[in-house]
Amino acid sequence: MAFEPRIVGFLCNWCSYTGADLAGTSRVKYPFNVRIIRVMCSARIDPTFILKALSDGADGVLVCGCHPGDCHYVEGNYKAMRRYALLKKTLRSLGVEEDRVRLEWVSASEGVRFGEVIADMTEKIRKLGPNRIKAELILDKAER
Amino acid sequence: MADKKLQIALYWGAGCGGCDVAVLDTNEFILDVAALADIRLWPIAVDGKYKDVEHMQDGELDLTLYNGAVRNSENEEIAKLLRQKSKIMVAFGSCAHMGGIPGLANLCKKEEIFKTAYLDNPSIESRNQVVPYPQTKVEVGELEIPTFYKRVYKLDAIVPVDYYVPGCPPAPHQIKTVLLAVVGGKLPPRGSVVGASDRAVCDECQRKKNEKKVSKFYRPWQIIQDFDTCLMEQGILCAGSATRGGCGVRCPNTGQGCRGCYGPMPNVKDQGAKLLSAVSSVIDSKDPKEIERILAGIPDFVSMAYRFGLPASMLQRSFQQ
Repeated sequence: MAFEPRIVGFLCNWCSYTGADLAGTSRVKYPFNVRIIRVMCSARIDPTFILKALSDGADGVLVCGCHPGDCHYVEGNYKAMRRYALLKKTLRSLGVEEDRVRLEWVSASEGVRFGEVIADMTEKIRKLGPNRIKAELILDKAER
Repeated sequence: MADKKLQIALYWGAGCGGCDVAVLDTNEFILDVAALADIRLWPIAVDGKYKDVEHMQDGELDLTLYNGAVRNSENEEIAKLLRQKSKIMVAFGSCAHMGGIPGLANLCKKEEIFKTAYLDNPSIESRNQVVPYPQTKVEVGELEIPTFYKRVYKLDAIVPVDYYVPGCPPAPHQIKTVLLAVVGGKLPPRGSVVGASDRAVCDECQRKKNEKKVSKFYRPWQIIQDFDTCLMEQGILCAGSATRGGCGVRCPNTGQGCRGCYGPMPNVKDQGAKLLSAVSSVIDSKDPKEIERILAGIPDFVSMAYRFGLPASMLQRSFQQ
């Protein structure tokens, strides 16, 4: 069976989730590989969520929030931006591939763009192949 | 097998011996321990052989304090043996609790570690290419040494653990409290972290705290610090906000940022992720380039975030190909 990436998408309620909704109502075609979780703000996304998704076998994690300056809570997306910068550094040191975790700004009117982001991310992860973290941790046990 | 004397064992796995020294740092209290208990195995201080432990009955030991992580087959074998012989198994110190400093080895491959330790190192003679193997044939037969595992494990990844005493090393006053609790039979529910508080180090730290806005991070030696103000506010990394207290705020009180040895707060799964949130929240910028520049002041964040707990974190190790 061909590999189909599983992407967990954390979408902020005010912009990105509405944007995804618009993609749906406008009949935008995009790959089915994303599983969306709605959160109130991109700043709500604890790095723990992302690490948990990766360790439980998600092939990719997408975080979407309002464009800078447009946050419903004024500064939430800036907090997400800073956190993401440090998270990427940390994931790099842990050998997690660059394309597996991604932050994108998607506004409520960008249904088409949302579809493009998903299509692009799905293709990039398809090239990377499955996330090996879960399998490797099981292999560690076997080695002992 | 005297009347009611407590039967205890102390063991070191992959650790530095600091936890054993911390037990001795209880000073004259250690003599009370000797009066209350028979120490049946304690490689650093008391004569006792693995064979003696093997001959014990199951549950014959009342208490085992296991310090050190599990790095090789000997650590695992003795952990399993002591678990079988002990009523209470305690993961003692950061290494047994979370993997500790040896756990940072999970950022490297076993082969890389061997290369640095035995082959490619300025302190090694270039002609000396001796690498240890688990089995070696000699004239009189085959010699065996423990197998070095691919990665480091925390103790409870190997055997069930009843209590955790955190710290690198655990603070002597906490060790005293724990030992007295065992003697008095006043133990909390199994699985608890004992000898620590349920509040963060920040909460117990006396430095003054205001809103934090950092535009440059400093190593402690790069800046003359103000001893009354929060370290993080001065741009010195401190893990106090993501770390369980109870240590007596040992590091921040001496001018060093908290290193996180007491582990995550109750119910937190990944200490490093929480520290990551805390550190990124103090950065005073909204510009991605500027944020990158400020973050460049932290050369090795992963080792800071998981200094004592990489094997206990969600990803557990590096997945570098």
